[in-house]
Amino acid sequence: MTDAIIKLTAAQIAARIASGELTAVQVTEAHLARIEAVDEKVHAFLHVDREGALAQARAVDEKRARGEKLGPLAGVPLALKDIFTTVGVPTTVGSKMLEGWIPPYDATLTKRLKDADVVILGKTNMDEFAMGSSTENSAYGPTGNPWDLTRIPGGSGGGSSASLASFQAPLAIGTDTGGSIRQPAAVTGTVGVKPTYGAVSRYGMVAFSSSLDQGGPCARTVLDAALLHEVIAGHDPMDSTSIDAPVPPVVEAARNGSVAGMRVGVVKQFRGEGYQAGVVQRFDESVELLRELGAEIVELDCPSFDLALAAYYLIAPSECSSNLARFDGLRYGLRTGDDGSHSAEEVTSLTREAGFGAEVKRRIMLGTYALSSGYYDAYYGSAQKVRTLITRDFEKSFEKVDVIVSPTTPTTAFPIGERADDPMAMYLADLCTIPTNLAGNAAMSLPCGLAPEDGLPVGLQIIAPALKDDRLYKVGAAVEAAFVERWGHPLLEEAPSL
Amino acid sequence: MTTTTDLVSYEDALASYDPVMGLEVHVELGTKTKMFCGCSTELGQDANTQTCPVCLGLPGALPVVNATGVESAIKIGLALNCEIAEWCRFARKNYFYPDMPKNFQTSQYDEPIAFDGYLDVQLEDGEVFRVEIERAHMEEDTGKSTHVGGATGRIHGASHSLLDYNRAGIPLIEIVTKPIVGAGERAPEVAKAYVRELREVIKALGVSEARMEMGQMRCDVNLSLRPHGTEKFGTRSETKNVNSLRSVERAARFEIQRHAAVLSSGGTIIQETRHFHEDTGSTTSGRVKEEAEDYRYFPEPDLVPVAPSRAWVEEIRSALPELPLVRRNRLREEWAVSGTDMQAILNAGALEPIVATIEAGADAASARKWWMGELARSANESGKALDELAITPAQVARVTELVAKGDLNDKLARQVIEGVLAGEGTPDEVVDQRGLKVVSDEGALTTAVEEAIAGNPAIADKIRGGKVAAAGALVGAVMKATRGQADAARVKELILEKLGVGEG
Repeated sequence: MTDAIIKLTAAQIAARIASGELTAVQVTEAHLARIEAVDEKVHAFLHVDREGALAQARAVDEKRARGEKLGPLAGVPLALKDIFTTVGVPTTVGSKMLEGWIPPYDATLTKRLKDADVVILGKTNMDEFAMGSSTENSAYGPTGNPWDLTRIPGGSGGGSSASLASFQAPLAIGTDTGGSIRQPAAVTGTVGVKPTYGAVSRYGMVAFSSSLDQGGPCARTVLDAALLHEVIAGHDPMDSTSIDAPVPPVVEAARNGSVAGMRVGVVKQFRGEGYQAGVVQRFDESVELLRELGAEIVELDCPSFDLALAAYYLIAPSECSSNLARFDGLRYGLRTGDDGSHSAEEVTSLTREAGFGAEVKRRIMLGTYALSSGYYDAYYGSAQKVRTLITRDFEKSFEKVDVIVSPTTPTTAFPIGERADDPMAMYLADLCTIPTNLAGNAAMSLPCGLAPEDGLPVGLQIIAPALKDDRLYKVGAAVEAAFVERWGHPLLEEAPSL
Repeated sequence: MTTTTDLVSYEDALASYDPVMGLEVHVELGTKTKMFCGCSTELGQDANTQTCPVCLGLPGALPVVNATGVESAIKIGLALNCEIAEWCRFARKNYFYPDMPKNFQTSQYDEPIAFDGYLDVQLEDGEVFRVEIERAHMEEDTGKSTHVGGATGRIHGASHSLLDYNRAGIPLIEIVTKPIVGAGERAPEVAKAYVRELREVIKALGVSEARMEMGQMRCDVNLSLRPHGTEKFGTRSETKNVNSLRSVERAARFEIQRHAAVLSSGGTIIQETRHFHEDTGSTTSGRVKEEAEDYRYFPEPDLVPVAPSRAWVEEIRSALPELPLVRRNRLREEWAVSGTDMQAILNAGALEPIVATIEAGADAASARKWWMGELARSANESGKALDELAITPAQVARVTELVAKGDLNDKLARQVIEGVLAGEGTPDEVVDQRGLKVVSDEGALTTAVEEAIAGNPAIADKIRGGKVAAAGALVGAVMKATRGQADAARVKELILEKLGVGEG
């Protein structure tokens, strides 16, 4: 029973709960049992809210019993990245700094999930403050990739991607500042979407880099991601940067996948040195598949993309150096050195020394330096100019094509520890995902096969213009259907059982 | 803790140097809610009861701009003859301080909402001095630290500090002047007049009560000296948070004398912040700015740019109230008073009471006479401001009405006012209770006049003989007999009539 339930998609679960074939409590219990069985090995969750989840599930069943109408994801369990505040449930952002902090308020996204009767199973592991591409920067230990537990599940949202790939949850939430939804999706054989900047409220999402951060849906199928997208997106008056426009018809697009007659761009800059052969091979096959499905392939030249990584590593640290200043040990979270012998300034200093990990400190220092007077123009100012150039390259490209495709990340999942001491190597994991964050448009990663050399999942990235998130789902659904037909089953069926 | 500071006399300082000033005024807006969240801005509530995730800077919280705050900023900008930006952004000013929850202040940097304006200010003698405005920008206030256990309430020596974030996030407008040059010896007076005029403008706009003693308006005085005939500005000191008009003037004056003493003894001025002490009228060193503080400003990514449409700006402009200087000039003409008299009215704080008294029906001359005479004296004796006296403009207007009707003479009116101030009731109640009424019964008056003539035959003869001035003595006798309740002018008329003498 449990095994049958956990293999269901979110859409299937919702339908069976609505029809009475399954209860929400059964579904939740099945997933809690799975977590209990495998998460000691995977370590996807930082906190499992067993009681809260069961209470939510019971409420759904009672609603149904009263004959009330249920939402499209009512009773479906979800793994929430530990970066969104949750009333009464710890929120650590993967940092010692917030160990034990119980937020007094729900993020807008949390509220929307609860209002939609989605059952929140718990909070997932992540790189500290979402800084990283492997989840190794979590203060609470790494997460294993369900395809090979000695390898990374991507990052920063490795807990969310691993929970999906290990069937601990059919849905998850991630946040994507430079690729933290898409790269984990790619290396775990799951689906992840970074919506257009401003599509999903950031209120209650602990900030890393405000102008880049974007929450989004993670799932095992394109349709499930669309159903979740529709629940979490929409204007929020509490977030000034939130888009005040209707959510694009993502579910409709996911149900009507097609690329016939579409123009699909392939960017010259998204290949070359550093790309694993098997990744390039699967990507080229995907492009061929798109052509077979009726798309017209267009070569694109986006020279500014070569500067994206450098610009990102000035803008994101600059904003983070300011966003993380509030963690001073005075009002919440960790406090070190408060023994009567230290001044408030010293307590702040000792707290930040003890509470932040090495990567977070590195970025705070980089950002503090980049914003300093005398350096601002050369660093932050130049990076903003690059950002404008990247936006223009996208704009010009989208005059010629409807979507752009690329590998999501240059390699498959690397072994835990391999890049831990080499930040530059780690940063390269986000080479193909970062331009989208800088421009603010939308992108998806979905599985396009296993690399022949290591048998690990490869992700295909689809990029759409801002506000045209529905195109991701239209193209993604078509590609997904064609691949599943070719493989004879969803890719995750090839993952080892844990 | 204050070290003695050598000063040179003010005259000597001005003989050698030319002061250059820059004034930065912070005004707390009177919006109902804070600048970036929905918390109340009401003062005097229990500590930390007016807070939320946003103004406490909790992880994940985001700001949303208060539109009324932006509108107030635009009003101030327009009243100060500024350009209003078509597009501007907020910026983060980064520095660590416990009373600032996010450890950055959401402010504006190189894109202020208002810039390039001026304010004409009137000095005591009526001379108008134009102060150029560099900018007016929006920002949020910090929380409040109370240092406990130290001797002076300062952080130094304190055992612990208490933090109240009720004030954190209250909207502030910072108004910065361009360097004020050419004021010479009148620089301190200009500083005071500027802050006063600014306060009047803010109050007239209705965007803040601008009460300096409540910290709703505070002034930083930047001052430097340069030798006469030189162009280059000297090193400045910044005297922070001066919170009364008088202190602004005194702080500027003290700094001129202190700078002059340092410079003329061959020393150099250190760029630093200074604290002003009300009790001694002196300033002491605060924190030394060895190099320009690096606040690492950058555009606030959590807020969208502010882009007030021209239509909105013009709508606000057309709804601006009459500004204080314009209004004062109009009133001066309407009341037909001299510039000096008007200045005296302003200095006495009598402008608004007089206006209100006229609005309540009094004529301008009478309203002015009472507020600048009897009431000003009373206020002075009791150490109160005019608007703190226990009499309303409407009551003053009623007294002038009773005088105009002939029910009271000036002497009785003074007694009525005295009674109202003493809490005996309204003017009419005081009239009743004290039995104050001009004797207008001609019969009773005639009898009193006849008695006075009969009782003073010598004086009566003098008057008959043409010495009309002697009538005063008889008037006095009649007034005494009627306990002052007679109309003195009528009494004189009756006396002259009785004695068959024509006036003049």
